[in-house]
Order: sequence, then structure tokens, then C-alpha cells
Amino acid sequence: MAERLSNREGIKGMANPTRYGIERFAYWIQRLTGLGLLAYLIGHIYETSTIVNGKIAWNQMLELTQTLQGHILLTLVIGMCVFHTANGIRVMLGHGGIGVGKPGQPEYPYKAASLNYKQRLCIWVSIALAALAMMYGASVLFGD
Amino acid sequence: MRESIIMKIHYGTALGAVALVAVHILMRMSQKFSDSLQYQNVIANYHFLPYALMLEVLLVLLSVHGFNGLRVILLELKQGSTYERMINYGSLAAMAALIAYGSRTILMAGMGVS
Amino acid sequence: MAVVAAKPSEEPKSNTQTTGKTNTITLRISRSNPSEGQESTFAEFQVPVQKWTTVLEAILYVKQNFDHSVAVRYSCRQASCGSCGMKINGRPALACYTKVSELNSNVITVEPMNNFPIIRDLAVDFKQLISNHKKMKPFIIREDSEVTPDSKEFIQTPQDLEKFLQFSYCIKCGLCNSACPTMATDESFIGPQGLAQAYRYVADNRDKGKDDRLKIVDDSHGIWRCHFAGSCSQVCPKGVDPAMAIQLLRGYLLGFRK
Repeated sequence: MAERLSNREGIKGMANPTRYGIERFAYWIQRLTGLGLLAYLIGHIYETSTIVNGKIAWNQMLELTQTLQGHILLTLVIGMCVFHTANGIRVMLGHGGIGVGKPGQPEYPYKAASLNYKQRLCIWVSIALAALAMMYGASVLFGD
Repeated sequence: MRESIIMKIHYGTALGAVALVAVHILMRMSQKFSDSLQYQNVIANYHFLPYALMLEVLLVLLSVHGFNGLRVILLELKQGSTYERMINYGSLAAMAALIAYGSRTILMAGMGVS
Repeated sequence: MAVVAAKPSEEPKSNTQTTGKTNTITLRISRSNPSEGQESTFAEFQVPVQKWTTVLEAILYVKQNFDHSVAVRYSCRQASCGSCGMKINGRPALACYTKVSELNSNVITVEPMNNFPIIRDLAVDFKQLISNHKKMKPFIIREDSEVTPDSKEFIQTPQDLEKFLQFSYCIKCGLCNSACPTMATDESFIGPQGLAQAYRYVADNRDKGKDDRLKIVDDSHGIWRCHFAGSCSQVCPKGVDPAMAIQLLRGYLLGFRK
């Protein structure tokens, strides 16, 4: 009689980016960046709302955000945004069946056609674009 | 609402948000970064109607996309009809709240109430 | 014709790659019996292996020589039946299809596949996989039948066949469901196996049940909970590539395909 214990890996399994290649890593980063960007959105809406309280309130908010920590956070946000966007476009196209290869006769060693060089290249390009954007963002923020 | 419609909205808001975020960032880069954050320059942005409308649309797009994404993650973590209903309505409520709060800022700043 | 007696060939040079020198590895087998309330523990065994020894052979060696009570499913020993799916050094794989030598480790840890309820030791319960598979209506749906005398056979060209053939190679081993990140947390998710099989029938030109199946998968715990992590295709031992099937199926729902 089978025990009803589900033996599910749980969040530990869902959030583990290792073991299954770069596509799993990209999925993990996409989730993390999505949550990070949502948190930033909420903070940003709150931060910008101080404009309605007048110049003094706005400048006080700027003193809080235009700091070293604030600029580092913003640089990270830039990277997260660029990766999430670029990888998101890859995923969206994949969801439509674009770039996932064509069905055919599987031949040993049964390499999956959907996990092709195009997908891997797009992931690396997303990471590279995020890094470039972060570098540019940092140069603007810290170079001012 | 069928899940396919919700996901089409998710993808649509993503594409729309990408374009508008690019415009939003380019506006910051139209002047020196620190100057673009000065009070009078920010207020001038809100007084420029097309830009204020763009910000409103961006707010809606990002709120819908962001909270739908969170809803998907939360639905995958736990199942059950009560929990799922709670997450669905909670996400809608959070979207509405963020849009309302952000719209308040845009309206008040745009109308010169500060 | 004169018969020349063949000279015995010289013994090849000793080489671990070719002679199959016996090594000893440590095989750690997860032992548990949930129905008796026994928590999961690991039992270690020293097992002699050669270059070609599979993980299944190592486990059967343990059963034969050390502890016959180890519960393990196996049948064909040639990656056809899908019975021996388990987690080997943290990754779902078929035990009969995984050589000890390719794991590049002297310690092999075998555990029951994740995301399936454990029956005992390495044997897991496949009820949910079977029930999700059944939900996909895994049969040709059409009103007419080629059996009635007046109708002809259903024409299917080699090109038509190629559109779904690889997805029909699924042996229901469950490795894809074990690797899937959504299956790790979502108990209601159909899973890559079920979704791939839904596409197998949708892509079959003999089938007329596309709309039925699309309605079934268009659910909050259906096809939309796949995020193309690709882990299912990484572990599939038969080249089914469930990730491709799911994205192609989703193409119908998104309007990319008609």
C-alpha cells in the first residue's frame, strides 16, 4: 500500500539551479530577478510618491537614495531588469514554439533538440547584456 | 478568466513594459543624471501630459505583470481551492492598490498639488 | 583446402579502459518504509564493479550478496520498460542505463525519484503519473474508424509520422516529472510526461481531439505552469524531449500554430 507522503522536493528542489544545465539556471535567475524587480517596483512607487509632499520631502528622499548603497542597489536593479527582459523574450518565443527545434527521429545519445545552441546562446547573451548594462549604469551613477 | 487569457495578458504587458521602461530610462538620460532628479525637473516631467500618461500606462503594465508573476509563483508553492482563491483575489487587490497609489502620485504631481 | 590452425592471439596490454579491471565502489542506498513509519536512512555497501557495470547491476549485487530486502523495480535491463527510474548521485536516471564508470565517482548514492510517493526504499508510487496520463486522453480521438468495411486506412506519410514519432517513444519512466522544478512544489501540475503525451496525440494527423486536449491543458495547473526550464528533456533517456512537445503544444494556445 503506497504511503501518501508526496516525497516532493519542495522549494529546495524548485530553487536549486544546479544539476540540470544552464536552462535550469536561467529559470532560477528569471524567478529571482522577477521577485527582485517587483520589490523594486513597490519601493520605487513609494519613493517617487514623496514628490507630492513638496521639495523638502523629495530632497530628503533623495538623500536616502542617492547614496553609495542606493547606487549599488540601482546598478543591481539595472542588471536584473536587462536579464529578466532578454531572457523573458527568449522564453516567450520558446513558449510559442520558436527556437525549440523540430520533431524528428531520436538518435543516440538522444540530445534534446529543444536544448539547442540557440537557447544557450540567448541565455549567455542575456547575462552579457545584463553585465554590460550594469557597467554602463554604474558609470552613469558613480561617474556623476 | 481562462489561464490562457491571463498568460496572454502577462506576455502583452511584458512587451509593452519593455518599450515604455526604455522610454522612461531614456528620459533620465536626456540630462545629467543628478539634474534629472532635481525637484523642478521631475515636476516638469509630470506636467508634460504625454509623459505622465506614459507613466500611468507603464504603472498599470508593470503592476499587472509583476503581481501576476507573483501569483504564479505562489500558486505553484501551495495548492487548495481556498488558498488559490485567496492568492488570485489578493493579487488583484495588490495590483489595484499599487496602481491606485502610483496614479495618486501622477495625478497630484501633474495637477500641481504638492 | 588446407586448414591452418589459428594462432592464439596475444593478450592485449593491461589497461583499465579495456580490460575491465575490477574496482570497488561504495553504493549508498536510501532505505525507508513509510508505511511502517521508518524514516529514510542510507545503507552503505562495498560493491565490486567493472567498466561496464550498471547501477542496476550494482544494486542487484547488493540484493544477492548483502541484503535481499532492498526494494527496487526493474525489468527489461535495456531502457525499454522505464521501471528502474531513480535518483543517482542527485540526478534522476534509469539505473539500467547508467554505468557506474560514467558517474566518475567512487561513491554512488541511489535514492527514490523525487516528486513520487515512496512505497519502500527505491520503489515509488506511479498513480499520479498514470492518472495525469489518462487525463490527456492518450488515444486517437475520431468519429470514424478504419475498422468499418467502407472506410479506407488512415493515410499517414513519413513526414506526418515524424511530427509526433519521438513523443511516442515515452516509456513512462517518470524521470521528467522527477526533474521538473514545478513538480517539486505543485501537486496539481500535470507534469512534462502528461503534457508531452497530449502533444503526441495533437500532432498525430489521425487524431481529431485537439480542441478537447487543449481545453484540458489550459488550466491554472496545466501547461501554463511549465516555464521551459528544460530539465525534463535533460534527463529523458529516450530522446522524447518533453520540453519541445510542451512548447509546441503551447504554440496552439498562443496562436502561433493553427
